[in-house]
Amino acid sequence: MLAFADLVFYMFAAMLLGSAMGVIFAKNPMHCVLLLILTFFNAAGLFILLGAEFIGLLLVMVYVGAIAVMFLFVLMTIDIDFAVLKEGFASYLPSGLIVGAVLMAELVIAGQAGLFSGARISTLTAMPAPDGVENIRALGQVLFTHYLFPFQVAALILLVAMIGAIVLTHRRREGVRRQNVMAQIARTREDSLSIVKVKPGQGI
Amino acid sequence: MLSTVGLTHYLVVAAVLFTLGVLGIFINRKNIILVLMCIEMMLLAVNINMVSFSAFLHDLAGQVFTFFILTVAAAEVAIGLAIVTVFFRNRGSIEVDDTNMMKG
Repeated sequence: MLAFADLVFYMFAAMLLGSAMGVIFAKNPMHCVLLLILTFFNAAGLFILLGAEFIGLLLVMVYVGAIAVMFLFVLMTIDIDFAVLKEGFASYLPSGLIVGAVLMAELVIAGQAGLFSGARISTLTAMPAPDGVENIRALGQVLFTHYLFPFQVAALILLVAMIGAIVLTHRRREGVRRQNVMAQIARTREDSLSIVKVKPGQGI
Repeated sequence: MLSTVGLTHYLVVAAVLFTLGVLGIFINRKNIILVLMCIEMMLLAVNINMVSFSAFLHDLAGQVFTFFILTVAAAEVAIGLAIVTVFFRNRGSIEVDDTNMMKG
């Protein structure tokens, strides 16, 4: 008999890994993005199960709300035959499986050797979590005091990324009538206005 | 009923997810967008590791660094997709094999 929390963990973990498999094996890239969103939701569930509510909700907001939607946008705006990109799938599979198996074996061996055991790492505690304080409050108390400088640097990284993305994708199109501020300011009365004497009964 | 799910369970999930991300990069290596998505999955695996250690060792540093990893991941995807868009505009393709203009 499993405890309820265990049942929830196994459900989220199974869904997470299942949808991750879907991401890498699905034929239609649109399905890949949607399965990626499912992966993120399940990871958020795991985080909330661990007691890290803030990171869990942040994952939904940042990954699902921003990153996955950006992937969807780009996939929809570029007009391309994705079936061509799926060619050679079978020929890459063996090498991928070999590398994956080697990586997995390395992780298992490292785990067996006790590299990840709590006894080895718990001596390194840097920022002990206070008792009886909610996760978000505790995180805020640490983030805006001890980690203030990294926090500012993170904001700077986002600013640079935003400017970089705009600079990269911005283009001047031909045939678009733009406002020319300098020409507008440089206008004088003389070159835009003239007084014409018109005789009665005649045009100009 | 005592919960039997410990740190190891979370680490196994993260390890499998990371391996799936690496495998995905290999088998989808022609499509830049899918490669970016697989990189996101690998970052997610790292985040699961960070948060599970943070939770089981009662140490907030892991969650703070997860926050920073999220920031960097968002910036990386924004720049990566901008490059993909520009590349598609110039070459009409997003195949990794077509990225040979620099003759590197």
